[in-house]
Amino acid sequence: MSVLVYVEQAEGKFKKSVFEAVSYAKAIADQQSTNLTAISIGDVADSELKELGKYGASKVLNVSVDQLKTFVNQAYASVIAAAAEKEGADIVVLSNSFSGKGLAPRIAVKLKAGLADGAVELPSTDGKFSVKKTAFSGKAFAITELTSTNKVIALNPNAFGVKENATDAAIETFTADVKQSDLGTVIKEIVRATDKVSLPDAELVVSAGRGLKGPENWGMIEELAGLLGAATACSKPVSDADWRPHSEHVGQTGIAISPNLYIAIGISGAIQHLAGVSSSKVIVVINKDPEAPFFKVADYGIVGDAFEVVPKLIDALKAHKG
Amino acid sequence: MKILVCISNVPDTTTKITFTNDNTEFNTSGVQYIVNPYDEIALSRAIELTEGGKGTVTVINVGEAGNDPTIRKALAIGADDAVRVNAAPRDAYFVAKQIAEYAKDKDFNIILTGRESIDYNGNQVAAMVGEFLDIPSVSIIKKLDVDGDTATIEREIEGGKEVLTVSGKFIASCAEGVAEPKIPNMRGIMSARTKPLAVVDAVAIEEVSKVTKYETPAPRGTVKLIPADQTESLIGLLHSEAKVI
Repeated sequence: MSVLVYVEQAEGKFKKSVFEAVSYAKAIADQQSTNLTAISIGDVADSELKELGKYGASKVLNVSVDQLKTFVNQAYASVIAAAAEKEGADIVVLSNSFSGKGLAPRIAVKLKAGLADGAVELPSTDGKFSVKKTAFSGKAFAITELTSTNKVIALNPNAFGVKENATDAAIETFTADVKQSDLGTVIKEIVRATDKVSLPDAELVVSAGRGLKGPENWGMIEELAGLLGAATACSKPVSDADWRPHSEHVGQTGIAISPNLYIAIGISGAIQHLAGVSSSKVIVVINKDPEAPFFKVADYGIVGDAFEVVPKLIDALKAHKG
Repeated sequence: MKILVCISNVPDTTTKITFTNDNTEFNTSGVQYIVNPYDEIALSRAIELTEGGKGTVTVINVGEAGNDPTIRKALAIGADDAVRVNAAPRDAYFVAKQIAEYAKDKDFNIILTGRESIDYNGNQVAAMVGEFLDIPSVSIIKKLDVDGDTATIEREIEGGKEVLTVSGKFIASCAEGVAEPKIPNMRGIMSARTKPLAVVDAVAIEEVSKVTKYETPAPRGTVKLIPADQTESLIGLLHSEAKVI
């Protein structure tokens, strides 16, 4: 038995959330006294694959075939499951990213495996294989026991952290049979805003709500986020009104995030919004209403008008950065 | 065009989540149940795609008889008929297997779900059903257009979107943007009472996971309030005290 981690590449590079998944998978391999193998699909240079050794992967399977240069959910799942079987891996780990969310369930069915997605901690070592995962949109955690022989875990970004564990990674070519029936989806276009930090795996997030009064006032939010290197987010009423895109909506019916810092500006903190952000490590709330429920879960709060407070923060940040 | 929409019965979004029996069971006392909000988006798009005699929409739920009011709500929104697989949903694997068993010989062109249920947040069912049926699955879609046998889909990716096409049968999980959720009108509510709701037995399946305990997030300490006229001191605190910037 061993542990297999799928390392998702974007334009030939691995993101921090991938190194985090490798770090997490390495910790599980250590728990099980076994080795960690990574599998990469698509065009990735050897130098980038070698990076995976830094976080504990002792072997990297490199799948570089023409049909799989871009993401095909069904075919990627087949290749990862085939690699798990060939390597004798009974635990498959991946990042709970958008693509990971599409892959993990298919891999689980192929391997007849229990799936813990949205994992936030290492599995228990008390004889049962239980994984703590988010549930009820951040309002709770469910301790989920995987009772099957094979197991699949999808790790939430920012839940475990990147941990270095220098190993020399041996790179091997992995040949996968690609079935034509697995290539049912065809990508026509990929649009990526490269100048922006992606929200789901952002470490810092600046978020704003109805208190901003209108979409024309987001300039200062973007400036503040830009200075911090933060992603921008918003509350549900804001995306419902089309002031901001749905992809920025955090909360119970939007996306759940757990950044190191969440700055909420002009958001009152309804229970549905708090559900999506309550696992943020530090929460700052700026609101002119001292009774806003958000202050109850905040670490730092400023009672004041966003239009006065945010420009001051921008100035202070510029001064801080020198 | 025949569309199957999978719906979950979930606690209302305003529910305060608590547990009973030594934190091993969700406390259902006083909880209002609703159609999972994302499933409503999927259902609304299915209705749009089949309106005007272009097809039919069937909703399926895996659950016990207590779910019937939620299923009737989906019928009121505009589904043509409904099926309930009569079993307590154990986990996504179990639910997906039941849906796949029902759908495998029914010739649905498209199967839709919500991106995730707001209780277990899995986003597992769609891709699992896809795997059980050996058809393509696309998770977390933002847009769905159908032209004959080909669907054009936008799906969310980190920092952007991907546009893809799929021909033939497929399953997709829907997020915001796919459709505006429809609200049932009085005619819908009246007709929902008499629309067919079939109850079928579940198939047996091996257990692969179970929830053994629930935890609620640790309470946070009290907020440190900074006077508005000392706003700039926040940056120092975030740097040297919280150590996040």
